[in-house]
Amino acid sequence: MHCFYLINAIPFAYALIVPLLYKKFNAKIHTGWFVLVVPLLVFLHLLTYIPPVAKGKIISFTLPWIPSYDINFTAYIDGLSLVFSLIIAGIGLLVTFYSIYYLSKQKEALHNFYIYLLLFMGSMLGLVFADNIYVLYVFWEITSITSFLLIAYWFEREKSRSGAQKSLLITIFGGLAMLSGFILLSLITGTHSIREMIVQAGMIQSHPLFIPSMLLVLLGAFTKSAQFPFSTWLPDAMEAPTPVSAYLHSATMVKAGIYLVARCTTIFGGVPEWFWLVSGTGLFTLLYGSINAVRQTDLKALLAYSTVGQLGLIMGLLGLGSAALYFDVVGEGVLYAIAVFAAIFHLVNHATFKGCLFMVIGIIDLETGTRDIKKLGGLLQLMPLSFLPALIGSFAMAGLPPFNGFLSKEMFFTAVLNASKMSIFHMGTWGNILALVAWVASVFTFVYCMIILLRTFGGRPKGYKLKKSHITPIAILIPPFILAALVIIIFFYPNALAKYLLQPAWQAVLPTKITLQQIEINAWHGLNVEFLMTIGVVVAGAFLYKTLERLYSIYRYYPKMLTLNNIYEFLLEKMEAVSLAITRRYMTGFVRDYLVYILGFVVLMIGGTAFLSGGISLSLSGDAPINFYELGLLVAMICSALTVLLARSRLTAVIAVGALGLLIAFLFVLFRAPDLALTQLVVETITTALFLLCFYHLPKLKKENSTIQFKAVNVLVSVGVGVVTTMLALSVRGNSLFKTISGFYENAYELAGAKNIVNAILVDFRGFDTMLEILVLSIAGLGVYALIKIHLVGRRENEANK
Amino acid sequence: MSIVVGILFAIGTYLILSKIFLRIILGTSIIGHGANLLLLTMGGLKKGGPPLLGLQELNFTDALPQALLLTAIVINFATTALFLVLSYRAYKVLGTDDVGELRGYPDE
Repeated sequence: MHCFYLINAIPFAYALIVPLLYKKFNAKIHTGWFVLVVPLLVFLHLLTYIPPVAKGKIISFTLPWIPSYDINFTAYIDGLSLVFSLIIAGIGLLVTFYSIYYLSKQKEALHNFYIYLLLFMGSMLGLVFADNIYVLYVFWEITSITSFLLIAYWFEREKSRSGAQKSLLITIFGGLAMLSGFILLSLITGTHSIREMIVQAGMIQSHPLFIPSMLLVLLGAFTKSAQFPFSTWLPDAMEAPTPVSAYLHSATMVKAGIYLVARCTTIFGGVPEWFWLVSGTGLFTLLYGSINAVRQTDLKALLAYSTVGQLGLIMGLLGLGSAALYFDVVGEGVLYAIAVFAAIFHLVNHATFKGCLFMVIGIIDLETGTRDIKKLGGLLQLMPLSFLPALIGSFAMAGLPPFNGFLSKEMFFTAVLNASKMSIFHMGTWGNILALVAWVASVFTFVYCMIILLRTFGGRPKGYKLKKSHITPIAILIPPFILAALVIIIFFYPNALAKYLLQPAWQAVLPTKITLQQIEINAWHGLNVEFLMTIGVVVAGAFLYKTLERLYSIYRYYPKMLTLNNIYEFLLEKMEAVSLAITRRYMTGFVRDYLVYILGFVVLMIGGTAFLSGGISLSLSGDAPINFYELGLLVAMICSALTVLLARSRLTAVIAVGALGLLIAFLFVLFRAPDLALTQLVVETITTALFLLCFYHLPKLKKENSTIQFKAVNVLVSVGVGVVTTMLALSVRGNSLFKTISGFYENAYELAGAKNIVNAILVDFRGFDTMLEILVLSIAGLGVYALIKIHLVGRRENEANK
Repeated sequence: MSIVVGILFAIGTYLILSKIFLRIILGTSIIGHGANLLLLTMGGLKKGGPPLLGLQELNFTDALPQALLLTAIVINFATTALFLVLSYRAYKVLGTDDVGELRGYPDE
């Protein structure tokens, strides 16, 4: 086993010992310090893979899990998974550090927090490295569950709980859809490995199940990455502690959907359906997210909507880039492949600037006790150090130089402009609309970035007080500063990043069809359309920001009924009501109804299976001939059974059952089973006596006051059971699939010294069964005894009370 | 024989589906008999003497179903007894022998 597995197992293993560490050291040392080791180790280990991967090498390890089902932990390290895993470990490191200062060790249940966080980290790493679709699915769902647990971390708050529930419902729903999509894919290709599917991409695309499997997989990706209309869970997920929001809900987990789409681009890409679905949903989500972000007053909700928008941007870029797969040769394809490059670039950039912003807002929340921009203002004077990362983060998000967001935003414009000139997939007029959408969304992005910055730090301090003076130590600013520094470094040295990380990742998304050349990222490429668009964004954005009050009044016209939140709530309510109604309908609490279900099912299943598989044979040839005595006995049995059915008085019924038992004893004699006959006689006598004993206590049989319908159903079910049993009995005689095993018992005398084979079987060959039978009898006896005894005690108490 | 088994099953099922304790218990008892006969039928009826060695018969009936049956009869007795006492007890405590009236608590 390679040490790669050990490294990736550390988060899970560490999660086990976190409670111990918490218990032992928490009084003195914050548990987070211990946890910090994990992302650090993983990060350092992953760094060692950069040089080989940058050279185009692909490393893979396999660890068998369920080899008989072809399910193995196959780790596959290429450019794409490396970029994601570095973000996971890197941001994980910073977030853990940040949380040490964010979460107080006196008040919070730190062990819970770090267990969830470590589990998440481990499963997220597993997700991006997994090659097997089922392994990927398992890790995918673990991230959903840990996200649920982390959102509900402050579970005493009602909003945390409902937010957690919402995210779980939506992401698990998507996860299940994705699983079905995966199953379809494995049916089409006959493999569980994503790489092998990529090889068969051409075959998949011509298969009739191509579209369903694509839709299902996309459903998984869109719910996870909060694409419209599933975006509604992300703003509610902001009830989680800020480190969680920074980590799961902006940098990593929500990007799992992006990862999936990028990974599957080679499988599905190159067809118009994929192109339009992914890029259309992405760009619309971008527009939706940025427009909605502007109207938020809670800073974290604002950031959540901005995350929705940015995820939409990345998704849209991946969709646009998939057009490259339409072309086989070098040339036009590369033009669109740029979009994929921009997507990966923006993904990294987004992780840096959004993480930075979340952390700053967390600090503001801690210091002032509010995140409401209506109450905030003038923090520049009070928290000058926090201003710097906030400035860098929001300018980067707005797409201004000299920050990394500028570079990826320019590339985004390039990609959209290239796509709008595209001649395939019925682009035509739609192309220009795409470019317009991208531009408008960028304007709104600019506006909300300014809101974040100016509404909190600008202006004058309003009537609130800082909680004591700086409850948070200065060290909490280290992670945001590191991220802010990265934002600037990436701007000035983008090509180092591109060479070692982005280029291999790009190659991994679009591996086969086109040869990609080296990309040079330049901050300045002349006075071209992209640059003009950026200038336009700044001008229009500044204008909108000035007239913000008027903008807010426009938002008020949007009907509240139609918000996604309301739709979600309406659906949830309806779903609960309908399922309750259905359950109430069949769970009547009446035992007889349940019996009807069970027996009806038996009839349908056994009868149906026998019928469909042709197992019914009604040949009477194998049956023994019936002689006069037997016939008489059988007729008498039927008569006594019918008597039980029709009896009006209890006594008749009981005696008829007794008679039935005795008749069966006679039958046993005729069928050469003396032991059975003896036993049956004894048992039947006791049973009848018992019946008569209880008879004294039970009420008289009264005529059942049941409806015709009730009886009809009963008759139907019982006749069904009777018919199926008869057929079964007949068919058994007709089909003999196995040799009888009775032959093994025929040398009873030699083995057990018994001449009676039946007895030898019972007490010797199958002695254990008989012992357990005795056990059953004893339990029944104890039950009978207890029921009577308890009764007596109860009566005594009652009498005493009187 | 198979037809008799079917009839016993049908009658037993009908009784079980009714509402009155006593009939339900009688029904289980009858189904038990039916199952016993079914087992016996499956083993094949009358192909020789009783399964006792030393009777100078060359072949005898299948001993295995008989052994199974012996167990089944006894267990059948045990369950019947338990059911009876249970219903007796339920009647004493709840004052009804109608299953239809036993529906747990209304707020369930």
